[in-house]
Amino acid sequence: MTEAGPPSEALPPETEPAKGAGAGRLADGEWHRLHPATPLLRGGFALVAILGVILVNLRDLWIEIIIGGPDDGPPDPFRWVLEHDYALPVLGAIALGLILFILGFYASWRMHTFRITDELVEVRSGILFRTNRRGRLDRIQGINIVRPFLARLVGAAKLEINVAGQDANVQLAYLGSAAADELRREILALASGTRAEASGDRAPSRSGFVEQRVSELLAPELDPDAAAPESVVRMHPGRLVGSILLNETTVFVLLALAGMVTAVMVTGEVFLVLGFIPAIIGVGSFYASRFTRSLRYSIADTPDGIRVGFGLLSTSNETLPPGRVYAIQVRQQLLWRPAGWWQIVINRASTSSARGAAGQANTTILPVGSLDDVRKVLELVLADPALIELVERGLVSKGGDDGFVNSPRRAALVRWFSWRRNGYALTPGSVLLRRGAIWRELVVVPLARTQSITLHQGPLSRRLRLAALSIQTVTGPVSARLGAIDAERAVGLFGEVADAAVRSATNDTSHRWRESRPGTATP
Amino acid sequence: MSRLELDVAEWRRVSPKYVWVDLVGVLIFGVIVVAATSLPGIFSGNTYLFTIPAALAIIFIITLALTPRRVRAIGYQLRSDDLLFRKGLMFQRFVSVPYGRMQLVDINRGPLDRALGLSELKFVTAAAATGVVIPGLPEGDAETLRDELVALAESRRAGL
Repeated sequence: MTEAGPPSEALPPETEPAKGAGAGRLADGEWHRLHPATPLLRGGFALVAILGVILVNLRDLWIEIIIGGPDDGPPDPFRWVLEHDYALPVLGAIALGLILFILGFYASWRMHTFRITDELVEVRSGILFRTNRRGRLDRIQGINIVRPFLARLVGAAKLEINVAGQDANVQLAYLGSAAADELRREILALASGTRAEASGDRAPSRSGFVEQRVSELLAPELDPDAAAPESVVRMHPGRLVGSILLNETTVFVLLALAGMVTAVMVTGEVFLVLGFIPAIIGVGSFYASRFTRSLRYSIADTPDGIRVGFGLLSTSNETLPPGRVYAIQVRQQLLWRPAGWWQIVINRASTSSARGAAGQANTTILPVGSLDDVRKVLELVLADPALIELVERGLVSKGGDDGFVNSPRRAALVRWFSWRRNGYALTPGSVLLRRGAIWRELVVVPLARTQSITLHQGPLSRRLRLAALSIQTVTGPVSARLGAIDAERAVGLFGEVADAAVRSATNDTSHRWRESRPGTATP
Repeated sequence: MSRLELDVAEWRRVSPKYVWVDLVGVLIFGVIVVAATSLPGIFSGNTYLFTIPAALAIIFIITLALTPRRVRAIGYQLRSDDLLFRKGLMFQRFVSVPYGRMQLVDINRGPLDRALGLSELKFVTAAAATGVVIPGLPEGDAETLRDELVALAESRRAGL
């Protein structure tokens, strides 16, 4: 294998060969290939399955030919081919097709190369239609390592580098499992701005293929770094089951069930139940998939951001570098209140193709947890102890003098139950918006990440001397809007937030998160 | 019962000619909507069905009558670090966008805009909801404003 061109070249020559994905460091600015099992994982299994189906269908025919039997079966293509002496040409065509398929897979694997330089990650792929995709490392919004079950069996993993925008991810599918972890570490180190050589001397223990596979399958999701980060939250299966069952969907399902029972009782037609079976299967699989996805949930702090892991059979494990969280919402639905459970969701600029815990985009960083867990997760995301304390106080407070500026009494006309706790708080780095007394929510927006600030007032609010403030961030599940604030305070808040947002954005260095702290080098 | 007012310097207003663009737009839309909602009444001959188009017509007439004031309510100003934008009479809206958040600036011109020599300037950030659209700028002003905004954004470049 010859060396690749210099990394700074504008459009690299397409011809030079690349190194295999297993060889040494991957982030060395040279072209590398993906895991050799990639073609198999990306569609080869489908081919094998189709062949299997054909062979099984042929079984009867084999038996018939060898043993001899009654020739009165239904007309089928195989028999027709045999009877008309087309066997050889057909077999030849199938063989040709197979060879073309395999050649195609092989060629696409050969042509699919990637490289990671100090500045960017670049992927080239395609046989006839070449694509070349580059992402800038300082624009990385997150790195996700996904291991579908089949890929885990052969020790492969998909590495997805998320940058802001729809469908703007750079995907490296598939890499060796250990190589993917290593590569993520190196990319993050490069992106963080340290410029220090990522240490690549941690040789993986070579102990037999099967043994290695087994240990990888059983290993906890959080282990790639030498100093393995410990998950700060432990997910108890009982709580997980409870949280999945205790929500609005379940209420709906129970109502539907009651409706079904009534329908059966009224009409006396037991067959009606049959009509509901598909729905029951659907709901059951929905619950089951939520459960298995969230079961091995983990969240941990690493030097390069938060790492969130999910999944029992197919696992996903994502690193969010600092400053990539645009808004944080801590919420509690009505049914969770007796148990004291909360959920944390975030807004982020990228959309990962891999689905998160509940099948939605990867925006839930705590599927369910006690107030204690909420604090631990917030410690990772927010870092400022005073702010976390304020959030914690704000979550459960009934209102009054609790550090938040709450709505005036006259707001009770538009916020019947929640006017006492409908309020905001401004800290040096972020805005807190709290709303809802029945469905409790608290939104934290880091000021450095706000896109714009809007102040609204409609006719009814004008009469009540109220106004609404919303802070626009990137699209996501969290909407930072607070209505029914005293109009004068809202005007003041608008000005303060606008000024503070500009100040924070100017001082923000999180796109190169380690440059500001030169002392902390790569571990 | 008073309007929201920010304690800021003089607002830059849009061209008074924009009133005509807005009037024609509302008028065309109103005629289409009123005509469409009248169809059931015309075909069935039931006169009660005409209450819906009648109510809509009244709403459109009020909207038309308020158009000059609504256009006068649109304003913007370039502060040191952000673009401040306001619009709305009944539903007031103030938006502040830091220059560093700018992703791109669009200039759009519809047929009526072109006839009157006006342009519409759209300031786009990473948040879809920002929605700062300054209509009714004289052509030359819109282009100067765009260049000004791009220069300001360049000098205050920030991450996402």
